[in-house]
Amino acid sequence: MGRVREYAPAALVLVTGLLLWEAVVFAFSIEFYLLPAPHVIVHSLRETYPVLVEAGLYTFTEAVLGYALGCGGGILAAMAASRSPAFAGVVLPYAVASASVPIIALAPLAIVWFGVEQGSKIAIVVLMTFFPTFVSTLRGLLSVTPQSLELMRSYAASEQQIFLKLRLPHSLPMMFPALRACATLAMIGAVVSEFFGGPVKSLGVYIKSTASLFQTRQAWSAILVACALGLLFYFAVALVERLAMPWHFERRED
Amino acid sequence: MGSPIIELASVDKTFESRAGATEALRAISLAVDAGEFVSVIGPSGCGKSSLLRIVGDLVEPSAGAVRVKGKSARQARLDRDYGIVFQTPVLYDWRTVLENVRLPLELAGRPRVEREERPPALLRLVGLEEFGGHYPWQLSGGMQQRVSIARALALNPSILLMDEPFGALDEMTRERLNQELLQVCAETAASVLFVTHSIAEAVFLSTRIVVMSPRPGHIDRVVTVDLPHPRVDKTRAHPRFFELVTEVRQSLREDPGLAAGHTRPGESG
Repeated sequence: MGRVREYAPAALVLVTGLLLWEAVVFAFSIEFYLLPAPHVIVHSLRETYPVLVEAGLYTFTEAVLGYALGCGGGILAAMAASRSPAFAGVVLPYAVASASVPIIALAPLAIVWFGVEQGSKIAIVVLMTFFPTFVSTLRGLLSVTPQSLELMRSYAASEQQIFLKLRLPHSLPMMFPALRACATLAMIGAVVSEFFGGPVKSLGVYIKSTASLFQTRQAWSAILVACALGLLFYFAVALVERLAMPWHFERRED
Repeated sequence: MGSPIIELASVDKTFESRAGATEALRAISLAVDAGEFVSVIGPSGCGKSSLLRIVGDLVEPSAGAVRVKGKSARQARLDRDYGIVFQTPVLYDWRTVLENVRLPLELAGRPRVEREERPPALLRLVGLEEFGGHYPWQLSGGMQQRVSIARALALNPSILLMDEPFGALDEMTRERLNQELLQVCAETAASVLFVTHSIAEAVFLSTRIVVMSPRPGHIDRVVTVDLPHPRVDKTRAHPRFFELVTEVRQSLREDPGLAAGHTRPGESG
């Protein structure tokens, strides 16, 4: 019952939005090549889904691989940097500044370096996800309170014990929001990178080519697939977050 | 009594900072015998917390000698000879109450049987056996501090170092925990070095009270508490209790730095 009540408003907004969309397209007689009504998109989705599934998997693979490498690398780099707070202090400002760099602008160059296939897209996703994960994880690892460190010291804990039993669990509530945000970033990075060139069997290229031919309903159904995959990715990470930090979520639900 | 379990000889401590050097402690000499409960009382900034941290090897003295169980303070820390209770409970959010109490046993690499059996027994000792599966935030401040006492007892230390453990609690909770602490100490036979700024608490708990003055922190006098054991609620109504409270208060008053009156609560010395 609680779950239903929690999600009901969101579901209502979705349904209302879709109905409004239908109504607006119908009321103003908008041409479908400009803005197809939802039922037209769904219809198109049913016709073209074998192509879309293939393209979706192709793009999703790039996003997931890039994410795994980028976030994994970010976490490992943060662990290494946390061993020397002085070093961390030097690199942190640059890592933070990298958030304002439009990494996607490197996509055309990535194609030059890594080829037009998946490699270049994965490279972009790695770059996009590495820094946010690095920054949040490093901050989490370094933000333990002096008292909790003093407690460890009073028990003559080794550096390894301090890391595993204090720094790492302490950093999780800071690390996971970044990991969630990066799941979204990874999908965006993969699709947008494909706009700059890639095989036909990818979502980005499919969207771009159908849109330029005014095959708007096909473009929309591909966008829908991209959205669904992005959401799936996001919620998968959110699920892992819940399992990794039961203490954190019991608290919020209380 | 034998040789003292904690011994400080002419200990000085000066903190260096950008603003210059601050002399926190000067010529501290003190001996605590096994089984004693010694309170250190004084206004904020008298260095009483630094004194406790020097004994625990969390801060190094600038001069002087510290012996704990006949060893250097460092060796005593490495041997895990003491359990420490801070002003805040310092419990780890991600561990249940039981797992928090288990932490020292894990750090010391104690055998599995001990890691399984000791924490529930310790929680029983502090009256929290039903709360083992709770997370710290689900407990009141007083209960959290009891968990931190249970944790401090995990390795059965011969010394308990307590830094204003009840300073942030309300008066009633504090009095109840004072009582419980004495029972726990009687059962574990630990010697206690206890920092506080509550006169009544110091008199109720201690065998001796070390009265300190600030700038630089030094020992003004040591008051021996000759109240009968066991200390119970009625002890607080004992005429001798009031005499001792008055005596300690006057010792504190004699210090010109404290003429303004009470210390601010929640501030460590």
